[in-house]
Amino acid sequence: MPHGAEEIADQVIAGTGEMVESETFGDLSPSASPLSIALRTFSANKLAVASLAMLVIVVAFCYLGPVFYHTNQIATNLLRENQGPSAAHPLGTSPTGKDELGRLMLGGQSTIELGLAVGVIATGFGLVWGTVSGFIGGAVDSIMMRVVDALLSIPFLFFVILLASIVRPTLILVILVISGVSWLSTARLVRGETLSLRTRDYVSAARGFGASNTRLIARHIGPNVLGVLVVNATLKVADAILTFAALGYLGLSVPPPATNWGEILAGGVNNFFDGYWWQLWPAAILIVVTVLAVNVLGDALRDVVEARLNQR
Amino acid sequence: MLGYSLRRFGQALITIFVVSLIVFGVLHALPGGLVRAQLGSKATAIQVHSLEVQEGLLRPLPIQYLTWLWSALRGNLGFSYKLNESVATLIGTYVPRTFLLVLVSLLLAVSIAIPMGLWQGYRRNRADDHALSATMLILYSMPTFLLGVILILVFNLWLPVFPSTASDFGGSLATDAADLALPVLTLCLANVSYFSRYMRSAVIDNLLEDYVRTAKAKGATSRRVLLRHVLRNSMTSTVTLLGLSLPYTISGSLIVEALFNYPGAGLLFWNSAQNRDFPVLLGIVLVVTVATVAGNFLADIAYGIIDPRVRLR
Repeated sequence: MPHGAEEIADQVIAGTGEMVESETFGDLSPSASPLSIALRTFSANKLAVASLAMLVIVVAFCYLGPVFYHTNQIATNLLRENQGPSAAHPLGTSPTGKDELGRLMLGGQSTIELGLAVGVIATGFGLVWGTVSGFIGGAVDSIMMRVVDALLSIPFLFFVILLASIVRPTLILVILVISGVSWLSTARLVRGETLSLRTRDYVSAARGFGASNTRLIARHIGPNVLGVLVVNATLKVADAILTFAALGYLGLSVPPPATNWGEILAGGVNNFFDGYWWQLWPAAILIVVTVLAVNVLGDALRDVVEARLNQR
Repeated sequence: MLGYSLRRFGQALITIFVVSLIVFGVLHALPGGLVRAQLGSKATAIQVHSLEVQEGLLRPLPIQYLTWLWSALRGNLGFSYKLNESVATLIGTYVPRTFLLVLVSLLLAVSIAIPMGLWQGYRRNRADDHALSATMLILYSMPTFLLGVILILVFNLWLPVFPSTASDFGGSLATDAADLALPVLTLCLANVSYFSRYMRSAVIDNLLEDYVRTAKAKGATSRRVLLRHVLRNSMTSTVTLLGLSLPYTISGSLIVEALFNYPGAGLLFWNSAQNRDFPVLLGIVLVVTVATVAGNFLADIAYGIIDPRVRLR
């Protein structure tokens, strides 16, 4: 086999549909690269671009905000508790007399970090579990999927509360617990994808060319699952932020002075009927806007992935 | 159909077995053990030992598991020393209220989401479809308790039509339906956004199928195509979704019960967690999970009846 033939075979097999159908081998250069198709599909979606811009603003608010806007988020000050918005405190103060605007920035950091961490951990673990299950098949597959089914049918919040009444929650623990639920649907999704991909013609063809299992996964199955995974991870981030908020409402978040949007929002809900609206609405808007933007982004990425697949 | 049902039933049993192992594992992973958790940290070694003997905690774990499983099967889930009542009695009082909340909310959610998704799929990408999709996406991106607060704001403070708390709910729909209104509405809207998104895309997929073109070619009106063909085929996936959404909805009911002080299993669970009342906590987890698995099983069977192709899988 001439040097590089395997590469060409890979390109012909895994490349765009036009290449496989092209009549001469001289016409191997694709008219549009997958990346440019992806970029074109994405930027045509104005809502998705707006969401991305919104997320950049939110991240800048949380991480650059404290650089310009200094507040004391450690010491409580009972003389300043529950004050309405003023020049000194644009969004008022919290029940412990901390500046609300500064608290939202600080709380946003842990919320965003938790969302991203869950997205990565849950997707990574789901990927491994699903690929192994789908690739090995047989009894191992059955057992692995029954475990997923069993865990999926546990009403998750009950289990988390049970856990929290045994051990004291820390941010790491909360991340692990939310990931512990979040990976289940990813595992199912990846298993389904693996099962359907490994019987595709181009994979059989690559196997026929003598590609090893590692190569099949790395070059042919991996890149195709990747798109679906990125979409999945994005939506996991949105779900994780909402779950984190729910845990905050039930009082299962990280002890002070650490804070997060869910906890701020929950405090706002408890104080809202006393008329302290500034403790509720800013946090509510930040959570909803962020989760909404992530969800829109995820939907747009799905369109991109599907457009890419349709090109094949 | 029988083979399919039996297979699903076997899978449900295995799931319940795995869950019972997890619950039993948690029970025995408690720091200091179940006895310490019940007697508190000030109990003497003699007190601890005598309760351990009484509860049979010194026997080998597999024997303990079988004993626990056997008594759970006979309806004995232990005793709450904090509430001075058997766990089975507590569950008998509180769990049906949660099921009522969850069932009414789910039925309402489905009966709103199916027509809405059908309409949206039919009117795909028009202004009304976009408006509904945007509203649903906002609902979908909102924490449940925030949604509940907004509903209290609208239907209690601005328009005083419904009570803002369900703490007086006595368990009867006839007399206390008004108490149930806002909790049901909160839980229902959280699900409508989920179901209608799904229904809409199922309708869009089905409208592209060959059978729709055939029906149109044979002269069926769009009304007939939608209501007789597309509706039924799109509904099948929503039925599965109903089963899959049960754990989420029951979790959601915990938040709703805490927000509205609705005296169901979620609130009982939440209060028991503050008191570290483990027999109640584990009993509720077990019962609620078994109910969820049973609900999933029923949804699978319903799916098999509506869509015969599934049975072959």
